[in-house]
Amino acid sequence: MAEAEPAITVDSAERAPASLAVILLVSVLVVATCGLIYELLAGTLASYLLGDSVTQFSTVIGTYLFAMGVGSWLSRHVRRDEMGVFVRVEILIAALGGWSAAGLFLLFPVVGDFRIALYALVLAIGVLVGLEIPLLIRILRHRFAFRELVSNVLTYDYVGALIASLLFPLVLVPWLGMMRTGFVFGLANVAVALALLVALRRQRRVAVDVIAALVVAASLIAGLVAADRMQRWSEVAFYGEPVIYARSTPYQRMVLTRRGEDLRLYLNGNLQFSTRDEYRYHEALVWPVLGRVARPDTVLILGGGDGLAAREVLRDPRVRQVTLVDLDPEMTRLFRDTPQLAALNADSLSSPRMRIHNTDAFRWVREARGSYDAVIVDFPDPTEFSLGKLYTESFYREVARLLAPEGVMTVQSTSPLVAPESYWTVATTLESAGLHARGYHAYVPSFGEWGFTLAAHRPFAKATRLPQNLRFLTPSSERAMFDFPPDMARRPTPVNRLDNQALVRSFAREWGNYEG
Amino acid sequence: MKAETSRRTILAGGSAAAGASLLGGCVQPTMAGMLDGADWRRGHRLRDGSFPAPDGPVQDIDVVIAGGGVAGLATGWRLADAGFANFTLFELEDRTGGNARSGRNAVSAYPLGAHYLPVPNRDAAALRYMLRSFGMIVGDAPDGPVYDPYQLCADLEERLLWRGEWQEGLFPQSGLPSGQQAQRQRFDQSMDYFRRAVGLDGRPAFTIPSVLSSVDPRFTALDRLNFADWLDSEGFTAPALRAYLRYCCRDDYGAEPEDVSAWAGIHYFAARRGWAANGDGDRELTWPEGNDRLASLMAARIHSNLRPAHTVFRLAVTAEGRAELDVFDHTAGRSRRLRAKVAILAMPHFVAARVAPSVCSPGGLSYAPWVVANVTVSRPPEGKGVPLAWDNVSTASDALGYVVATHQTTSAALGPTVLTWYMPLSRETPQVARKIMLTRSLERWQEIVRADMLAMNPDLDGAIERIDVWRWGHAMIRPTPGFLTDPARLAARSAHPPVLFAHSDLSGLSLFEEAHHHGVAAAEMALTHLGHAFESIA
Repeated sequence: MAEAEPAITVDSAERAPASLAVILLVSVLVVATCGLIYELLAGTLASYLLGDSVTQFSTVIGTYLFAMGVGSWLSRHVRRDEMGVFVRVEILIAALGGWSAAGLFLLFPVVGDFRIALYALVLAIGVLVGLEIPLLIRILRHRFAFRELVSNVLTYDYVGALIASLLFPLVLVPWLGMMRTGFVFGLANVAVALALLVALRRQRRVAVDVIAALVVAASLIAGLVAADRMQRWSEVAFYGEPVIYARSTPYQRMVLTRRGEDLRLYLNGNLQFSTRDEYRYHEALVWPVLGRVARPDTVLILGGGDGLAAREVLRDPRVRQVTLVDLDPEMTRLFRDTPQLAALNADSLSSPRMRIHNTDAFRWVREARGSYDAVIVDFPDPTEFSLGKLYTESFYREVARLLAPEGVMTVQSTSPLVAPESYWTVATTLESAGLHARGYHAYVPSFGEWGFTLAAHRPFAKATRLPQNLRFLTPSSERAMFDFPPDMARRPTPVNRLDNQALVRSFAREWGNYEG
Repeated sequence: MKAETSRRTILAGGSAAAGASLLGGCVQPTMAGMLDGADWRRGHRLRDGSFPAPDGPVQDIDVVIAGGGVAGLATGWRLADAGFANFTLFELEDRTGGNARSGRNAVSAYPLGAHYLPVPNRDAAALRYMLRSFGMIVGDAPDGPVYDPYQLCADLEERLLWRGEWQEGLFPQSGLPSGQQAQRQRFDQSMDYFRRAVGLDGRPAFTIPSVLSSVDPRFTALDRLNFADWLDSEGFTAPALRAYLRYCCRDDYGAEPEDVSAWAGIHYFAARRGWAANGDGDRELTWPEGNDRLASLMAARIHSNLRPAHTVFRLAVTAEGRAELDVFDHTAGRSRRLRAKVAILAMPHFVAARVAPSVCSPGGLSYAPWVVANVTVSRPPEGKGVPLAWDNVSTASDALGYVVATHQTTSAALGPTVLTWYMPLSRETPQVARKIMLTRSLERWQEIVRADMLAMNPDLDGAIERIDVWRWGHAMIRPTPGFLTDPARLAARSAHPPVLFAHSDLSGLSLFEEAHHHGVAAAEMALTHLGHAFESIA
């Protein structure tokens, strides 16, 4: 071997300074850690994006181990310059492994079959990682006795695996996230390459390799810095299901996902409905109101730009006109003009009985005149101070002004089970605005136990009249919704006012505790 | 140290700021915006004294108000509210409102200066009366007046960028050594003592209007010290506390703690005992256009009496005890002479001393220059930590942060808004700072504002649509040590008809409440002098 080769051969490693051996053994530890991290990243990412984590982890790990075997086998074809090949393998792993998580996230929405991209990447990284240990053993073979060599290399290899398997779930995913973890370990690979190149700089020409390593390092650092931004570009890094539509309007980020028959709408990352069970939510939102109004001639819907609440309202032939106020024209346009979505709301948004105002409800109610027999208040949860204004005493006073003397209103009021104080704050606040209030709740699987609050100028009629063809509500199940077991029972709460935003604060606390 | 660096960035302007901008993204070649400000040419014309001699007949009038800032408007509003109409208010600028003026664009109205009013103390009876008549106080509860919730500053009121994370309030809540937190608590206790303290004359040691404060020397002696020295002597030396107190001094007085009287420094913390129902006493009233809401409502009440673009450039007292005023009409380019039974100089004291040198000495008062920039953005700022508040301040910036114009009016979390950025030029002497302010180009100011905004909110990169810069050469009087006993100020306060003074300068504290108090007091004194029956609201 290395007979006529003027370039540095493995023998030169022998003549290299003793520090090189240390660098090489540390390299074993680093490459072992990195190798397992990439495997875990691919497995986690595949389960996250494709679901069915047992299958994903099993096939990713299997493919990866097999590819490592291929890499080990291929190492026999490296006949000379193991050190040079090893350095280049490190640079390649750094590039591929470092960008693996970000790349898969970014590719997911744009490639036809994500699995091909996934397994191609897993194979490529696996082959390269499979080359590492055989090459290192050969490089080090003159430094140690065989007995010592195998012991050293495998010890560092397994210790690296332990480090990776502990760091990954406990530190990396929670604190760095998957994209940044990839970049950080790519940098570790490239650092190994650079350390070796520096140690070898006197014995061989390293300029091209150094430039390649620096370019890869720079791209990884850039990726690390831009990880947040890429996370935002890549919806799938956030949503558990395939994204079929995503759009930022001046007011919100709208994302539609679909897995099988389950279509979901997210606004700013919060689930608005799932087609599997939205009928439960919208029947519970609308019919307790309409069933208690003798002549629901005019109906006001605040929020609800998806037209689903309007669909329920328009099923009532007594309703002559529906006024819907939703901030975002894109939202109502999308749900009116996209056939697939308009089918969900039964074309409610293009009904001749429908009037749509695309404006901020907080401003609209202050200026609006008129009288509505039913009002349906269906805003996103009070996750932010801006949204919290739509749950305040001031806001409810304006709505009460628009509510006919015999009219009834309902308010989407978050989960009485997860956030009982927040839930009952809505009732307390409605009462503080001079209305009678009564809570009720329904089970909506994609949301959990969900709460609503009826309000009116006068005490409520117990009896309600429901149409025949509802999928969820019957007169007896409707009655049961007003019953609260002790874990959701009414409790004293503050009034939510513009200048205390008690609801936003309790909501953040209660849901924060819940989500851990 | 951090504040020091960023101050250099701001004052050095040019290269440093441009460097910071480069870090934040590419510098746009030209940023839309206007460079504007108080009309210093008209102001300086008073100093240089070149006005045509008055022509035409001398006009007799009961009352002339010279100056249409908050004090002048309050004077006029009070006269009108008492059913008195024979007065004219002259304002040098094209618009009344003084430093409560506002601007407006397609996105929102926004302030050019003063932008909020704390819920007034029990002592501010006249102000409360006015707020009631404007529909801002909507009722009464056993625990105090009920304020219109739409006009009280909505939650979240304030947030602070501290060590890379936004947190609620203006004082760091976490990550401070316990010694520093303990000093903050001791400082609060000390201010609480002053807030409750009553002088031998039975008056509160500190209140607003400040002229109702005790003159007990136990408290007024504090005016001999500067605030920084007083803090040192009391052992209030924790860096975080001092940074916070410096912010407060610059926010209310446009001056460094070293330049502020200890009495004024304590007044900031000890004088507010806002009186309101529902525990709203410590809240603020605010509007998209800032205090122009109040100024415009006062102006609307006296619309037919207002004469903007008119400079009163000379006032003298005649032998018959009348006030003789020469007024230059900037539109017509002519001067005329008026004879008034009462003239009320509702202008900064240094201007009054030029207009009426025979009755008013300049005194040793000094004025802080400010720059206010309105930054129109296509999306609201975000950031790590608590979400966007009304008032957003960074510990790492030498500017005072920004307020959000649409905070009160919208429930949309996204969408365009206007951010009003404040910066008192307090490090230099006012003269030097004014020179810096006037020689800088719009582009330079925009670079400075943009770099500071992006340092606080890198997420705004690409979202800034325009930056309008407003310069106030003499934004507010500085309550420097000894201001309580300044002879010029005391003389102006004890003036009698035919010449009266009405301005927050009489208090030495540039606060809406002070200006309003002096306006109402001057108006009632004029009504008494003229024998017009009225019921005092003060």
